[in-house]
Amino acid sequence: MSEYSLSINGKKLKVDVSEDTPLLWVLRDTLDLTGTKYGCGMAQCGACTIHIDGMPTRSCVTPVTLAIGKEITTIEGLSENGDHPVQQAWDTLDVPQCGFCQSGQMMTAAALLKENPNPDEEEISMAMSAHICRCGTYHRINEAVKLAAKLQKR
Amino acid sequence: MKNNRRDFLKNMLLTSGGLVIGFNSLANSDAEIISMENIKDELLSNAFLTIDSNNIITIFSPNPEIGQGIKTAFAVIVAEELDVDWEKVVVKQADLDIKRFERQLTGGSGAIKHSWERLRKAGATGRYALVAAAAKKWNVSATTLKTDKGFVINDKGEKLSYGELVNDAVSVEIPKEIPLKSNKEFKLIGQTIKSVDNKTVLTGKAKYGMDYKQAGMLYAQIVRPQGFGQTLKDFDATEAKKIDGVIDVISFKDKVAIIGKSNWPIMKARKVLTINWTNTKELESDQKHNQIFTDLMKNGPFELRRKDGDVEKAFAEAHKIIEAEYQCPFLSHSPMEPMNFFADVKKDSVKLVGPTQTPQSAQNQVSKLLNIPVENITVELTKMGGGFGRRLNNDYALEAAEVSSLIKAPVKLMWTREDDMSGGIYRPAVRYKFKASIDKAGNVTGFALKGVGLNAGNSTRQDNFPVGAIDNVLVESADYKSDITTGPWRAPITNFLAYAEQAFIDEIAFAAGKDPVKLRLELLKKAIEKPVGKITYEPARFEKVITTVAERAKWGSAKKGLHQGFSVYFSHNSYVAQIAEVEMKKGKPTLKKVFAVTDCGIVINQSGARNQIYGAIVDGLGHAMYGNLNFENGAPKQTNFDQYRLIRFNEVPEIDAYFVDNGIDPTGLGEPALPPTGGALANAIFKATGKRLYKQPFAQEDEKVAEIL
Repeated sequence: MSEYSLSINGKKLKVDVSEDTPLLWVLRDTLDLTGTKYGCGMAQCGACTIHIDGMPTRSCVTPVTLAIGKEITTIEGLSENGDHPVQQAWDTLDVPQCGFCQSGQMMTAAALLKENPNPDEEEISMAMSAHICRCGTYHRINEAVKLAAKLQKR
Repeated sequence: MKNNRRDFLKNMLLTSGGLVIGFNSLANSDAEIISMENIKDELLSNAFLTIDSNNIITIFSPNPEIGQGIKTAFAVIVAEELDVDWEKVVVKQADLDIKRFERQLTGGSGAIKHSWERLRKAGATGRYALVAAAAKKWNVSATTLKTDKGFVINDKGEKLSYGELVNDAVSVEIPKEIPLKSNKEFKLIGQTIKSVDNKTVLTGKAKYGMDYKQAGMLYAQIVRPQGFGQTLKDFDATEAKKIDGVIDVISFKDKVAIIGKSNWPIMKARKVLTINWTNTKELESDQKHNQIFTDLMKNGPFELRRKDGDVEKAFAEAHKIIEAEYQCPFLSHSPMEPMNFFADVKKDSVKLVGPTQTPQSAQNQVSKLLNIPVENITVELTKMGGGFGRRLNNDYALEAAEVSSLIKAPVKLMWTREDDMSGGIYRPAVRYKFKASIDKAGNVTGFALKGVGLNAGNSTRQDNFPVGAIDNVLVESADYKSDITTGPWRAPITNFLAYAEQAFIDEIAFAAGKDPVKLRLELLKKAIEKPVGKITYEPARFEKVITTVAERAKWGSAKKGLHQGFSVYFSHNSYVAQIAEVEMKKGKPTLKKVFAVTDCGIVINQSGARNQIYGAIVDGLGHAMYGNLNFENGAPKQTNFDQYRLIRFNEVPEIDAYFVDNGIDPTGLGEPALPPTGGALANAIFKATGKRLYKQPFAQEDEKVAEIL
């Protein structure tokens, strides 16, 4: 076990974990940031997606040591009041069914829209196809990404 | 205080400045008077509906929410009859309480049908009492008053809020018959209403089972036998215990549990744990399953499920015989949130918290397991990351309770994705043999179905259409007791049977030289005019969804290059007809669109209902195309999403979802739109490629259609 200083959602936090611990378990088990979900543990489903220096990253396969000195953002820190354009769009279009995958979906969508404010169908598909939604909310996710792009411009 | 109540009313009482309405779980029991002293927090937290003097309306949703939208739909129904401002309604998930709630489970798409009237009466009773209280205050007749958004309004336009009236409303005599709104008066029902959980889900604050924590709680994971049919021989945990954060390694019932301070040390420990398993018998494999199926189909023993007329005679006199066999594999449910449960077992009490579709069954089973009375076992319901039927089985809750009881500490058991996919309770593997006869005029004279399964129970649904419309019918099933555990999977049995039936009816239509839609309508006409034996469906409602979807999809006059496949199913009391459109371009088929027309009676929430239709079609397409578990040495070969392919964003076709909103009392939607999807797809593929697909997953059955999505 070693102590690591992490910057998460704008806060400096210290954790004492083994060096190979994936960020996912640091967030969930150690820091109680349970909005980031475990779905597969092998970067297949995207439920654990967070931002590291703004890049969408699968926290289930990212060891804690790779995040040192970088800014980590989780769903809890995506916006202060739950009003990121992506969160607004997801709510307006009532995207979630069970909702378990949606924090990961939104983190990818938010990163996509920051990088590319006007994604076309193909670009949205490329980004969002890296996620699994077992409830099958893909149609609404598609609409929500487009709506978020519009909201972002306001 | 006197309460005059009808059967469903438990109480309607003054509670520290509020009104409480609850259910009586014993529908016809005598009215029970609850004295004021007994109205404490316990009642408040488990009541069905509370209105406090600050005008806050809290509705408790007793049924487990797995993403089907019940928490929102239930509250909408109550709020409708109560006539409150939806924005002021707080909806809370109720925990298990068998005294106050009934049918606290999620399964069979049955909650709405079961609770529709009860929920309306609960809301209407509250409204009645509030209006009566206002009438007394204003000294006017109640008939001169109306309600809107949480206010009683008199003919002068004066308003009293519900909150101002609750203290008087509790002493109102409740009549035997409570008037309900007519459908025309609905303000909320039928609107587009967002899920009441969006705010917490979209900010990461919603607590799923996996997110639940309690001070002093330990974590556990369990290593189960690698193959079904194996037992634990011995294990060596020396290395595993050396890992920082691992507390103990114990075994019970052929399982090895690793206890730790968090999940990651446990996952590391699993890699260095040495376990030896014993094969007590021949372990099952795909090859063995093939042999079992062949033998079962040939020799049975078959159980008779339904017999009308004389099918052998019909076959002997047939102008044409059509036969086909369909095969379906085992499937994993794979909800996004793997199985997990929290248990805190004390000497004579248990606290359970977690995701389950059947909390009462969890309570009963844990009671039996630990010999602790059910009254001392609480079950708290969390949000759930999907269910699809997997959480009807509480094996993982029992494991959590057993581990907690063994280590004498509160424990959170988590299954990894690999545990989830290889841990059993699968959709059973089934095969069907259909045989039908047609006469010279192309009428269907005989219909026989043999269903054989591995732990499928009755793999047929003997009363399903077209049964009831054909004079000579024989339905039989046979089952093999496999070591591989199975359980209900979204639309149990029909999730595959519907594809087989609908593909076979399509084949009959082509053999008879008839349009597949027309053939079904002919059969339904027969079921209306000269029904054969017991009929469980309403042919007229069937007809309506069929003709409506045919109209919307322009059946029979699709554009050049577009190939349409039709399918229709009566599932869990709702009717869904679908048409899939496949486009052929340069010999390459692509699924472009699925039309779905649904009759679930009244649509309670447009948003929730459409979510279910879209989701079920996506689910049906994905599993028909890719879903498959192969077995070797008693274990599934696929253990995670890298091998077990689920449908993704880029693979979904356009969907046109339409509801025949006929004002009939509503039925469920969690399952009904899934069964017809595989058939619509298979029939469209046949039109496009000329090839019938008899085996799922389609992507493996025919490489030409592997990229159709």
